Amino acid sequence: MSRAGLGRTLALVALLAAALFPLVVRSATWQNTAILMLMLAQLGVAWNILGGYAGQVSLGHAAFFGTGAYVSTLLALRFGLTPWVGMFAGAGVSAALSLVIGWPCFRLKGHYFAMATIAVGEIVQAVVNGWDLLGGAVGLSLPLQQTGLWHMVFNRSKLPYHYIALGLLLFTLLVNWLVTRSHVGYYLRAIKDEPDAARSLGVSLTRYKLYAIALSSGLAAMGGTLYAQKELLIDPGSTLSTGLSIKMSLVAIMGGVGTLAGPIVGAVVLTAIEEASRMGFGGTGRGTDMVVYGLLIVLIAIYQPAGILGWIRQRFPAAPAATPPARGAGEAA
Amino acid sequence: MSAPLLAVERLTKRFGGLAANEDVSFTVAAGEIVGLIGPNGAGKTTVFNSLAGFFPPTSGEIRLDGRPVAGSPPERMAALGVARTFQIVRVFKSMTVLENVMVGAMLHHRAVRAATARAWEALQLTGLERRADEPAGRLTVAEQKRLEVTRALASEPRLLLLDETMAGLTPAEVQEAVELVRRLQARGIACVVVEHVMEGIMPIADRMVVLERGRVIADGPPRAIAEDPAVIAAYLGEEYRAPGP
Repeated sequence: MSRAGLGRTLALVALLAAALFPLVVRSATWQNTAILMLMLAQLGVAWNILGGYAGQVSLGHAAFFGTGAYVSTLLALRFGLTPWVGMFAGAGVSAALSLVIGWPCFRLKGHYFAMATIAVGEIVQAVVNGWDLLGGAVGLSLPLQQTGLWHMVFNRSKLPYHYIALGLLLFTLLVNWLVTRSHVGYYLRAIKDEPDAARSLGVSLTRYKLYAIALSSGLAAMGGTLYAQKELLIDPGSTLSTGLSIKMSLVAIMGGVGTLAGPIVGAVVLTAIEEASRMGFGGTGRGTDMVVYGLLIVLIAIYQPAGILGWIRQRFPAAPAATPPARGAGEAA
Repeated sequence: MSAPLLAVERLTKRFGGLAANEDVSFTVAAGEIVGLIGPNGAGKTTVFNSLAGFFPPTSGEIRLDGRPVAGSPPERMAALGVARTFQIVRVFKSMTVLENVMVGAMLHHRAVRAATARAWEALQLTGLERRADEPAGRLTVAEQKRLEVTRALASEPRLLLLDETMAGLTPAEVQEAVELVRRLQARGIACVVVEHVMEGIMPIADRMVVLERGRVIADGPPRAIAEDPAVIAAYLGEEYRAPGP
Protein backbone atom coordinates (compact mmCIF):
# COMPACT_ATOMS: atom_id res chain seq x y z
CA MET A 1 0.00 0.00 0.00
CA SER A 2 1.28 3.48 -0.80
CA ARG A 3 1.84 5.90 2.04
CA ALA A 4 -1.04 8.07 0.87
CA GLY A 5 -3.28 5.00 0.83
CA LEU A 6 -2.07 4.00 4.28
CA GLY A 7 -2.75 7.53 5.52
CA ARG A 8 -6.31 7.45 4.19
CA THR A 9 -6.94 4.07 5.79
CA LEU A 10 -5.58 5.25 9.14
CA ALA A 11 -7.69 8.40 8.93
CA LEU A 12 -10.82 6.33 8.31
CA VAL A 13 -10.02 4.00 11.22
CA ALA A 14 -9.40 7.00 13.50
CA LEU A 15 -12.68 8.61 12.43
CA LEU A 16 -14.61 5.39 13.11
CA ALA A 17 -12.93 4.98 16.48
CA ALA A 18 -13.76 8.58 17.40
CA ALA A 19 -17.39 8.16 16.29
CA LEU A 20 -17.90 4.87 18.15
CA PHE A 21 -15.89 5.62 21.31
CA PRO A 22 -18.66 7.12 23.49
CA LEU A 23 -21.07 4.37 22.41
CA VAL A 24 -18.67 1.65 23.50
CA VAL A 25 -17.00 3.27 26.50
CA ARG A 26 -19.74 4.21 28.99
CA SER A 27 -17.53 5.68 31.72
CA ALA A 28 -18.41 9.37 32.12
CA THR A 29 -14.81 10.21 33.01
CA TRP A 30 -13.42 8.60 29.88
CA GLN A 31 -16.13 10.12 27.73
CA ASN A 32 -15.22 13.54 29.10
CA THR A 33 -11.54 12.90 28.42
CA ALA A 34 -12.38 11.98 24.83
CA ILE A 35 -14.34 15.21 24.31
CA LEU A 36 -11.49 17.29 25.74
CA MET A 37 -9.08 15.44 23.47
CA LEU A 38 -11.17 16.21 20.37
CA MET A 39 -11.39 19.85 21.41
CA LEU A 40 -7.65 20.01 21.99
CA ALA A 41 -7.01 18.47 18.57
CA GLN A 42 -9.31 21.05 16.95
CA LEU A 43 -7.42 23.89 18.64
CA GLY A 44 -4.11 22.37 17.56
CA VAL A 45 -5.27 22.21 13.94
CA ALA A 46 -6.44 25.83 14.14
CA TRP A 47 -3.11 26.94 15.68
CA ASN A 48 -1.19 24.98 13.07
CA ILE A 49 -2.46 27.12 10.18
CA LEU A 50 -0.58 30.10 11.57
CA GLY A 51 2.15 28.46 13.64
CA GLY A 52 2.83 25.37 11.55
CA TYR A 53 2.20 26.32 7.93
CA ALA A 54 3.08 30.03 8.05
CA GLY A 55 5.71 29.46 10.76
CA GLN A 56 4.46 32.34 12.93
CA VAL A 57 4.57 30.82 16.40
CA SER A 58 1.79 32.30 18.51
CA LEU A 59 1.86 31.79 22.26
CA GLY A 60 -1.23 33.92 22.81
CA HIS A 61 -3.90 31.91 21.03
CA ALA A 62 -5.95 31.58 24.23
CA ALA A 63 -6.94 35.22 23.58
CA PHE A 64 -8.79 34.07 20.43
CA PHE A 65 -10.21 30.96 22.10
CA GLY A 66 -11.46 33.15 24.95
CA THR A 67 -12.90 35.72 22.56
CA GLY A 68 -15.03 32.99 21.01
CA ALA A 69 -16.16 31.77 24.41
CA TYR A 70 -17.03 35.25 25.69
CA VAL A 71 -18.71 36.58 22.54
CA SER A 72 -21.10 33.65 22.10
CA THR A 73 -21.86 33.48 25.83
CA LEU A 74 -22.54 37.21 26.04
CA LEU A 75 -24.80 37.06 22.97
CA ALA A 76 -26.70 34.13 24.49
CA LEU A 77 -27.09 35.84 27.87
CA ARG A 78 -28.04 39.28 26.55
CA PHE A 79 -30.01 38.48 23.42
CA GLY A 80 -30.83 34.80 23.72
CA LEU A 81 -28.87 34.16 20.56
CA THR A 82 -28.23 30.51 19.78
CA PRO A 83 -24.57 29.54 20.15
CA TRP A 84 -24.71 28.06 16.64
CA VAL A 85 -24.83 31.63 15.40
CA GLY A 86 -22.79 32.95 18.32
CA MET A 87 -20.00 30.58 17.32
CA PHE A 88 -19.62 32.33 13.97
CA ALA A 89 -20.06 35.77 15.55
CA GLY A 90 -17.24 34.86 17.94
CA ALA A 91 -15.11 33.68 15.05
CA GLY A 92 -15.71 36.98 13.26
CA VAL A 93 -14.86 39.11 16.30
CA SER A 94 -11.80 36.97 16.98
CA ALA A 95 -10.60 37.24 13.37
CA ALA A 96 -11.06 41.02 13.47
CA LEU A 97 -9.15 41.21 16.76
CA SER A 98 -6.38 39.06 15.31
CA LEU A 99 -5.97 41.43 12.36
CA VAL A 100 -5.60 44.38 14.75
CA ILE A 101 -3.00 42.42 16.73
CA GLY A 102 -1.31 40.92 13.67
CA TRP A 103 -0.82 44.19 11.83
CA PRO A 104 1.86 45.51 14.26
CA CYS A 105 3.11 42.15 15.53
CA PHE A 106 3.95 40.77 12.07
CA ARG A 107 6.62 43.44 11.80
CA LEU A 108 8.48 41.33 14.34
CA LYS A 109 10.28 38.22 13.23
CA GLY A 110 10.82 34.80 14.78
CA HIS A 111 11.16 34.79 18.56
CA TYR A 112 10.15 38.43 18.79
CA PHE A 113 6.77 37.66 17.25
CA ALA A 114 6.25 34.78 19.70
CA MET A 115 7.15 37.04 22.63
CA ALA A 116 4.74 39.73 21.44
CA THR A 117 1.91 37.17 21.31
CA ILE A 118 2.62 36.17 24.93
CA ALA A 119 2.25 39.83 25.87
CA VAL A 120 -0.99 40.13 23.87
CA GLY A 121 -2.39 37.05 25.61
CA GLU A 122 -1.53 38.43 29.03
CA ILE A 123 -2.97 41.85 28.19
CA VAL A 124 -6.28 40.37 27.03
CA GLN A 125 -6.47 38.28 30.19
CA ALA A 126 -5.78 41.34 32.36
CA VAL A 127 -8.40 43.42 30.52
CA VAL A 128 -11.11 40.76 30.88
CA ASN A 129 -10.21 40.30 34.54
CA GLY A 130 -11.15 43.91 35.16
CA TRP A 131 -14.13 44.18 32.82
CA ASP A 132 -17.47 44.00 34.67
CA LEU A 133 -19.52 43.44 31.52
CA LEU A 134 -17.61 40.19 31.09
CA GLY A 135 -17.96 39.20 34.73
CA GLY A 136 -14.40 40.17 35.66
CA ALA A 137 -12.41 37.48 37.40
CA VAL A 138 -15.58 35.57 38.33
CA GLY A 139 -16.54 35.04 34.72
CA LEU A 140 -19.88 34.28 33.11
CA SER A 141 -22.16 31.30 33.48
CA LEU A 142 -24.85 30.01 31.15
CA PRO A 143 -28.21 28.96 32.59
CA LEU A 144 -28.83 25.23 32.82
CA GLN A 145 -32.59 25.61 32.27
CA GLN A 146 -32.44 26.12 28.51
CA THR A 147 -31.31 22.79 27.19
CA GLY A 148 -31.44 21.09 23.83
CA LEU A 149 -29.73 21.28 20.47
CA TRP A 150 -30.85 24.86 19.74
CA HIS A 151 -29.18 26.13 22.91
CA MET A 152 -26.26 23.68 22.62
CA VAL A 153 -26.71 22.75 26.27
CA PHE A 154 -27.03 19.09 27.23
CA ASN A 155 -27.27 18.06 30.88
CA ARG A 156 -28.35 14.41 30.76
CA SER A 157 -25.69 12.97 28.52
CA LYS A 158 -22.35 14.29 27.32
CA LEU A 159 -22.79 12.43 24.05
CA PRO A 160 -23.93 15.42 21.94
CA TYR A 161 -20.84 17.39 22.95
CA HIS A 162 -18.70 14.55 21.70
CA TYR A 163 -20.26 14.69 18.24
CA ILE A 164 -20.25 18.48 18.08
CA ALA A 165 -16.56 18.43 19.00
CA LEU A 166 -15.91 15.79 16.34
CA GLY A 167 -17.87 17.79 13.77
CA LEU A 168 -15.97 20.96 14.62
CA LEU A 169 -12.67 19.11 14.32
CA LEU A 170 -13.66 17.80 10.88
CA PHE A 171 -14.77 21.29 9.81
CA THR A 172 -11.44 22.74 10.97
CA LEU A 173 -9.54 20.02 9.11
CA LEU A 174 -11.59 20.76 5.99
CA VAL A 175 -10.68 24.46 6.17
CA ASN A 176 -7.02 23.54 6.72
CA TRP A 177 -7.11 21.12 3.78
CA LEU A 178 -8.70 23.72 1.49
CA VAL A 179 -5.95 26.17 2.48
CA THR A 180 -3.22 23.65 1.62
CA ARG A 181 -4.88 23.04 -1.74
CA SER A 182 -4.94 26.72 -2.66
CA HIS A 183 -2.17 29.17 -3.47
CA VAL A 184 -2.50 30.51 0.08
CA GLY A 185 -1.14 27.25 1.50
CA TYR A 186 1.84 27.29 -0.86
CA TYR A 187 2.53 30.93 -0.04
CA LEU A 188 2.38 30.30 3.72
CA ARG A 189 4.94 27.49 3.46
CA ALA A 190 7.13 29.67 1.26
CA ILE A 191 6.94 32.49 3.80
CA LYS A 192 7.95 30.09 6.57
CA ASP A 193 10.94 28.72 4.62
CA GLU A 194 12.39 31.85 3.00
CA PRO A 195 10.44 35.09 3.45
CA ASP A 196 12.73 37.17 1.21
CA ALA A 197 12.55 34.65 -1.63
CA ALA A 198 8.75 34.58 -1.27
CA ARG A 199 8.64 38.39 -1.56
CA SER A 200 10.81 38.28 -4.66
CA LEU A 201 8.13 36.07 -6.24
CA GLY A 202 5.37 38.55 -5.51
CA VAL A 203 4.15 37.27 -2.14
CA SER A 204 3.08 40.02 0.26
CA LEU A 205 4.22 38.74 3.66
CA THR A 206 1.84 40.91 5.67
CA ARG A 207 -1.21 40.07 3.60
CA TYR A 208 -0.76 36.30 3.75
CA LYS A 209 0.24 36.25 7.41
CA LEU A 210 -2.94 38.22 8.13
CA TYR A 211 -4.97 35.65 6.16
CA ALA A 212 -3.39 32.92 8.26
CA ILE A 213 -3.95 34.59 11.62
CA ALA A 214 -7.57 35.48 10.75
CA LEU A 215 -8.39 31.87 9.82
CA SER A 216 -6.44 30.43 12.72
CA SER A 217 -7.96 32.75 15.32
CA GLY A 218 -11.48 32.38 13.93
CA LEU A 219 -11.32 28.59 14.16
CA ALA A 220 -9.81 28.75 17.66
CA ALA A 221 -12.72 31.00 18.69
CA MET A 222 -15.22 28.38 17.50
CA GLY A 223 -13.51 25.95 19.85
CA GLY A 224 -13.96 28.55 22.59
CA THR A 225 -17.72 28.65 22.04
CA LEU A 226 -17.93 24.88 22.28
CA TYR A 227 -15.92 24.98 25.52
CA ALA A 228 -18.29 27.57 26.99
CA GLN A 229 -21.33 25.47 26.05
CA LYS A 230 -19.81 22.33 27.51
CA GLU A 231 -18.62 23.83 30.80
CA LEU A 232 -21.38 26.48 31.10
CA LEU A 233 -18.91 28.58 33.07
CA ILE A 234 -16.12 30.63 31.65
CA ASP A 235 -13.58 32.79 33.42
CA PRO A 236 -10.24 34.32 32.44
CA GLY A 237 -8.29 31.57 34.18
CA SER A 238 -9.86 28.76 32.18
CA THR A 239 -10.24 30.42 28.77
CA LEU A 240 -7.47 33.02 28.50
CA SER A 241 -4.46 31.57 30.30
CA THR A 242 -1.01 31.40 28.76
CA GLY A 243 -0.92 27.74 29.82
CA LEU A 244 -3.78 27.08 27.39
CA SER A 245 -1.93 28.96 24.63
CA ILE A 246 1.13 26.81 25.21
CA LYS A 247 -0.97 23.66 25.14
CA MET A 248 -2.44 24.57 21.73
CA SER A 249 1.01 25.11 20.29
CA LEU A 250 2.38 22.01 22.00
CA VAL A 251 -0.08 19.56 20.42
CA ALA A 252 0.80 20.87 16.96
CA ILE A 253 4.55 20.98 17.61
CA MET A 254 4.57 17.54 19.20
CA GLY A 255 2.51 15.90 16.45
CA GLY A 256 4.25 17.65 13.58
CA VAL A 257 3.93 21.28 12.52
CA GLY A 258 2.67 22.05 9.06
CA THR A 259 0.92 18.70 8.64
CA LEU A 260 -2.82 18.07 8.54
CA ALA A 261 -2.86 15.18 11.01
CA GLY A 262 0.02 16.31 13.25
CA PRO A 263 -2.08 18.16 15.85
CA ILE A 264 -4.44 15.17 16.14
CA VAL A 265 -1.55 12.83 16.86
CA GLY A 266 -0.22 15.43 19.30
CA ALA A 267 -3.57 15.74 21.08
CA VAL A 268 -3.85 11.96 21.50
CA VAL A 269 -0.32 11.66 22.88
CA LEU A 270 -0.57 14.72 25.13
CA THR A 271 -3.90 13.56 26.56
CA ALA A 272 -2.45 10.11 27.24
CA ILE A 273 0.57 11.64 28.98
CA GLU A 274 -1.66 13.96 31.01
CA GLU A 275 -3.94 11.17 32.12
CA ALA A 276 -0.96 9.02 33.06
CA SER A 277 0.63 11.83 35.06
CA ARG A 278 -2.70 12.57 36.73
CA MET A 279 -3.01 8.95 37.80
CA GLY A 280 0.60 8.90 38.90
CA PHE A 281 0.73 12.22 40.76
CA GLY A 282 -2.86 12.62 41.86
CA GLY A 283 -5.73 14.62 40.43
CA THR A 284 -5.28 18.14 41.74
CA GLY A 285 -1.61 18.65 40.98
CA ARG A 286 -1.97 21.33 38.33
CA GLY A 287 1.72 22.01 38.64
CA THR A 288 2.66 18.62 37.22
CA ASP A 289 0.94 19.49 33.94
CA MET A 290 3.25 22.43 33.45
CA VAL A 291 6.29 20.35 34.35
CA VAL A 292 5.24 17.79 31.75
CA TYR A 293 4.68 20.47 29.06
CA GLY A 294 8.06 22.03 29.77
CA LEU A 295 9.81 18.68 29.63
CA LEU A 296 8.08 17.80 26.34
CA ILE A 297 9.08 21.10 24.72
CA VAL A 298 12.70 20.55 25.71
CA LEU A 299 12.71 16.95 24.47
CA ILE A 300 11.07 17.83 21.13
CA ALA A 301 13.41 20.76 20.57
CA ILE A 302 16.47 18.59 21.20
CA TYR A 303 15.53 15.28 19.61
CA GLN A 304 12.70 15.72 17.14
CA PRO A 305 11.88 19.27 15.97
CA ALA A 306 9.76 17.78 13.15
CA GLY A 307 7.42 16.13 15.68
CA ILE A 308 6.04 12.61 15.74
CA LEU A 309 4.80 12.63 12.12
CA GLY A 310 8.13 14.08 11.02
CA TRP A 311 9.91 11.22 12.77
CA ILE A 312 7.67 8.66 11.07
CA ARG A 313 8.32 10.24 7.67
CA GLN A 314 12.06 10.10 8.25
CA ARG A 315 11.90 6.48 9.31
CA PHE A 316 9.68 5.42 6.43
CA PRO A 317 10.40 7.73 3.49
CA ALA A 318 7.87 7.68 0.67
CA ALA A 319 8.96 5.99 -2.54
CA PRO A 320 9.58 8.67 -5.15
CA ALA A 321 6.79 8.94 -7.68
CA ALA A 322 7.75 7.02 -10.82
CA THR A 323 6.06 9.37 -13.27
CA PRO A 324 5.38 13.04 -12.74
CA PRO A 325 1.65 13.28 -12.14
CA ALA A 326 1.12 16.64 -13.84
CA ARG A 327 3.33 16.07 -16.81
CA GLY A 328 0.46 15.58 -19.22
CA ALA A 329 -1.10 18.80 -18.00
CA GLY A 330 2.19 20.60 -18.54
CA GLU A 331 2.52 19.47 -22.10
CA ALA A 332 -1.11 20.05 -22.90
CA ALA A 333 -0.99 23.66 -21.71
CA MET B 1 12.54 55.56 -29.66
CA SER B 2 10.46 54.15 -26.82
CA ALA B 3 11.82 54.01 -23.29
CA PRO B 4 14.18 51.12 -22.48
CA LEU B 5 12.85 48.24 -20.38
CA LEU B 6 14.98 49.29 -17.43
CA ALA B 7 16.63 52.65 -16.85
CA VAL B 8 18.73 53.21 -13.75
CA GLU B 9 19.28 56.93 -13.27
CA ARG B 10 21.91 58.28 -10.87
CA LEU B 11 21.06 55.60 -8.32
CA THR B 12 22.66 56.29 -4.95
CA LYS B 13 22.41 54.11 -1.87
CA ARG B 14 24.06 55.08 1.39
CA PHE B 15 24.27 53.03 4.55
CA GLY B 16 24.99 55.65 7.16
CA GLY B 17 28.05 57.48 5.86
CA LEU B 18 29.02 54.70 3.47
CA ALA B 19 27.92 55.06 -0.15
CA ALA B 20 27.45 51.56 -1.57
CA ASN B 21 26.22 53.01 -4.87
CA GLU B 22 26.98 56.52 -6.11
CA ASP B 23 25.31 57.95 -9.22
CA VAL B 24 24.94 54.57 -10.91
CA SER B 25 23.28 54.89 -14.32
CA PHE B 26 22.72 52.28 -17.02
CA THR B 27 19.92 50.92 -19.16
CA VAL B 28 18.75 47.48 -20.20
CA ALA B 29 16.77 46.99 -23.41
CA ALA B 30 14.09 44.32 -23.70
CA GLY B 31 15.71 40.92 -24.24
CA GLU B 32 19.22 42.24 -23.59
CA ILE B 33 21.80 40.50 -21.41
CA VAL B 34 23.84 42.92 -19.34
CA GLY B 35 26.75 41.73 -17.23
CA LEU B 36 27.37 43.61 -14.00
CA ILE B 37 30.94 43.04 -12.83
CA GLY B 38 33.41 44.55 -10.44
CA PRO B 39 35.59 43.67 -7.47
CA ASN B 40 34.11 42.48 -4.19
CA GLY B 41 32.42 45.34 -2.36
CA ALA B 42 31.92 47.36 -5.54
CA GLY B 43 28.17 47.52 -4.87
CA LYS B 44 26.82 44.97 -7.34
CA THR B 45 24.51 43.24 -4.90
CA THR B 46 23.33 46.63 -3.61
CA VAL B 47 22.27 47.53 -7.17
CA PHE B 48 20.39 44.22 -7.30
CA ASN B 49 18.68 44.80 -4.00
CA SER B 50 17.57 48.25 -5.15
CA LEU B 51 16.30 46.92 -8.49
CA ALA B 52 14.41 44.07 -6.81
CA GLY B 53 12.87 46.43 -4.27
CA PHE B 54 14.69 45.16 -1.19
CA PHE B 55 16.44 48.51 -0.53
CA PRO B 56 14.78 51.84 -1.18
CA PRO B 57 17.42 53.98 -2.92
CA THR B 58 18.75 57.04 -1.07
CA SER B 59 18.36 59.05 -4.26
CA GLY B 60 18.07 58.52 -7.97
CA GLU B 61 15.37 56.79 -9.98
CA ILE B 62 14.63 53.37 -11.41
CA ARG B 63 12.30 53.25 -14.40
CA LEU B 64 10.54 50.29 -15.95
CA ASP B 65 9.16 51.19 -19.40
CA GLY B 66 9.73 54.79 -18.42
CA ARG B 67 7.60 54.60 -15.27
CA PRO B 68 9.32 55.42 -11.95
CA VAL B 69 9.37 52.41 -9.61
CA ALA B 70 12.20 53.17 -7.16
CA GLY B 71 11.18 52.39 -3.59
CA SER B 72 8.52 49.83 -4.54
CA PRO B 73 8.62 46.75 -2.29
CA PRO B 74 9.86 43.41 -3.71
CA GLU B 75 6.38 41.95 -4.15
CA ARG B 76 5.43 44.99 -6.28
CA MET B 77 8.59 44.68 -8.38
CA ALA B 78 7.81 41.01 -8.95
CA ALA B 79 4.32 41.91 -10.13
CA LEU B 80 5.88 44.44 -12.53
CA GLY B 81 7.98 41.67 -14.05
CA VAL B 82 11.29 41.84 -12.19
CA ALA B 83 12.45 38.49 -10.79
CA ARG B 84 15.72 37.63 -9.06
CA THR B 85 17.89 34.87 -7.73
CA PHE B 86 19.94 35.10 -4.55
CA GLN B 87 23.71 35.02 -4.17
CA ILE B 88 23.29 32.61 -1.28
CA VAL B 89 20.57 30.23 -2.44
CA ARG B 90 17.19 30.55 -0.81
CA VAL B 91 15.11 27.66 -2.05
CA PHE B 92 12.04 26.64 -0.04
CA LYS B 93 13.69 23.65 1.62
CA SER B 94 10.60 21.98 3.05
CA MET B 95 8.92 21.96 -0.38
CA THR B 96 9.59 19.78 -3.40
CA VAL B 97 11.31 21.13 -6.49
CA LEU B 98 7.97 21.29 -8.30
CA GLU B 99 6.30 23.12 -5.41
CA ASN B 100 9.12 25.67 -5.34
CA VAL B 101 8.52 26.47 -8.97
CA MET B 102 4.75 26.53 -8.45
CA VAL B 103 5.16 29.35 -5.92
CA GLY B 104 6.77 31.36 -8.73
CA ALA B 105 4.08 30.37 -11.22
CA MET B 106 1.31 31.43 -8.82
CA LEU B 107 2.17 35.08 -9.37
CA HIS B 108 0.12 34.93 -12.56
CA HIS B 109 -1.69 31.58 -12.18
CA ARG B 110 -3.40 31.40 -8.79
CA ALA B 111 -5.13 28.06 -9.40
CA VAL B 112 -3.01 25.07 -8.40
CA ARG B 113 -3.66 23.20 -11.67
CA ALA B 114 -2.63 26.10 -13.87
CA ALA B 115 0.40 26.80 -11.68
CA THR B 116 1.43 23.14 -11.89
CA ALA B 117 1.26 23.21 -15.67
CA ARG B 118 3.27 26.43 -15.83
CA ALA B 119 5.83 25.05 -13.37
CA TRP B 120 6.34 21.95 -15.54
CA GLU B 121 7.04 24.10 -18.57
CA ALA B 122 9.69 26.01 -16.62
CA LEU B 123 11.23 22.79 -15.25
CA GLN B 124 11.48 21.34 -18.74
CA LEU B 125 13.16 24.50 -19.99
CA THR B 126 15.83 24.38 -17.30
CA GLY B 127 16.17 20.58 -17.33
CA LEU B 128 15.13 19.99 -13.72
CA GLU B 129 11.98 18.01 -14.49
CA ARG B 130 13.49 14.70 -13.40
CA ARG B 131 14.09 16.14 -9.92
CA ALA B 132 10.56 17.52 -9.62
CA ASP B 133 9.45 15.36 -6.69
CA GLU B 134 12.67 15.69 -4.67
CA PRO B 135 12.68 17.89 -1.57
CA ALA B 136 14.48 21.04 -2.68
CA GLY B 137 16.91 20.81 0.22
CA ARG B 138 18.29 17.54 -1.16
CA LEU B 139 19.55 19.11 -4.42
CA THR B 140 23.22 19.95 -5.00
CA VAL B 141 24.17 23.63 -4.79
CA ALA B 142 24.38 23.80 -8.60
CA GLU B 143 20.88 22.34 -8.86
CA GLN B 144 19.55 24.69 -6.20
CA LYS B 145 20.87 27.63 -8.18
CA ARG B 146 19.18 26.23 -11.26
CA LEU B 147 16.01 25.81 -9.22
CA GLU B 148 16.11 29.49 -8.24
CA VAL B 149 16.34 30.42 -11.91
CA THR B 150 13.46 28.06 -12.71
CA ARG B 151 11.34 29.49 -9.92
CA ALA B 152 12.00 33.05 -11.05
CA LEU B 153 11.32 32.04 -14.66
CA ALA B 154 7.93 30.59 -13.71
CA SER B 155 6.87 34.04 -12.50
CA GLU B 156 7.10 35.11 -16.16
CA PRO B 157 9.48 38.03 -15.69
CA ARG B 158 10.52 40.53 -18.33
CA LEU B 159 13.73 41.22 -16.43
CA LEU B 160 15.64 38.55 -14.56
CA LEU B 161 18.35 39.48 -12.06
CA LEU B 162 20.88 36.65 -11.71
CA ASP B 163 23.16 37.06 -8.69
CA GLU B 164 26.31 34.94 -9.08
CA THR B 165 24.43 32.00 -10.47
CA MET B 166 27.68 30.48 -11.73
CA ALA B 167 29.88 30.90 -8.67
CA GLY B 168 31.20 27.61 -7.34
CA LEU B 169 30.10 25.62 -10.37
CA THR B 170 32.35 23.20 -12.28
CA PRO B 171 33.35 24.25 -15.83
CA ALA B 172 30.76 21.84 -17.24
CA GLU B 173 28.08 23.31 -15.02
CA VAL B 174 29.10 26.83 -16.06
CA GLN B 175 28.59 25.77 -19.67
CA GLU B 176 25.11 24.49 -18.81
CA ALA B 177 24.32 27.77 -17.06
CA VAL B 178 25.51 29.70 -20.12
CA GLU B 179 23.20 27.62 -22.31
CA LEU B 180 20.35 28.27 -19.90
CA VAL B 181 20.78 32.06 -19.99
CA ARG B 182 20.83 31.88 -23.80
CA ARG B 183 17.55 29.97 -23.74
CA LEU B 184 16.06 32.66 -21.47
CA GLN B 185 17.18 35.35 -23.90
CA ALA B 186 15.62 33.41 -26.76
CA ARG B 187 12.34 33.76 -24.89
CA GLY B 188 12.72 37.52 -24.85
CA ILE B 189 13.69 37.81 -21.17
CA ALA B 190 16.24 40.51 -20.39
CA CYS B 191 18.88 39.53 -17.82
CA VAL B 192 21.16 41.50 -15.56
CA VAL B 193 23.89 39.10 -14.52
CA VAL B 194 26.21 39.71 -11.57
CA GLU B 195 29.12 37.39 -12.10
CA HIS B 196 32.73 36.81 -11.17
CA VAL B 197 33.06 33.87 -13.54
CA MET B 198 34.30 35.65 -16.65
CA GLU B 199 34.15 32.49 -18.76
CA GLY B 200 30.46 32.46 -18.00
CA ILE B 201 29.50 36.07 -18.59
CA MET B 202 31.82 37.26 -21.40
CA PRO B 203 30.38 35.03 -24.15
CA ILE B 204 26.72 35.80 -23.41
CA ALA B 205 26.61 39.47 -22.43
CA ASP B 206 25.46 42.02 -24.96
CA ARG B 207 26.91 44.69 -22.74
CA MET B 208 28.98 44.92 -19.59
CA VAL B 209 28.66 47.46 -16.81
CA VAL B 210 31.68 47.65 -14.53
CA LEU B 211 31.36 48.95 -10.98
CA GLU B 212 34.15 50.02 -8.72
CA ARG B 213 33.66 51.52 -5.26
CA GLY B 214 30.00 52.07 -5.98
CA ARG B 215 30.49 53.91 -9.28
CA VAL B 216 30.21 52.87 -12.92
CA ILE B 217 33.71 52.98 -14.43
CA ALA B 218 32.91 51.39 -17.78
CA ASP B 219 29.87 50.44 -19.88
CA GLY B 220 30.17 48.77 -23.26
CA PRO B 221 30.43 45.57 -25.29
CA PRO B 222 32.39 42.74 -23.61
CA ARG B 223 35.33 42.91 -26.03
CA ALA B 224 35.86 46.62 -25.37
CA ILE B 225 35.48 46.08 -21.61
CA ALA B 226 38.07 43.29 -21.59
CA GLU B 227 40.61 45.65 -23.17
CA ASP B 228 39.71 48.74 -21.16
CA PRO B 229 42.82 49.70 -19.13
CA ALA B 230 40.72 51.15 -16.28
CA VAL B 231 38.78 47.90 -15.97
CA ILE B 232 41.93 45.80 -16.12
CA ALA B 233 43.51 47.92 -13.41
CA ALA B 234 40.47 47.90 -11.17
CA TYR B 235 39.24 44.38 -11.59
CA LEU B 236 40.20 42.02 -14.37
CA GLY B 237 43.97 42.23 -13.81
CA GLU B 238 45.43 38.76 -14.00
CA GLU B 239 42.08 37.07 -13.50
CA TYR B 240 40.77 37.08 -17.02
CA ARG B 241 42.55 36.64 -20.30
CA ALA B 242 40.72 36.18 -23.54
CA PRO B 243 40.42 32.44 -24.21
CA GLY B 244 43.43 31.17 -26.17
CA PRO B 245 43.17 29.40 -29.51
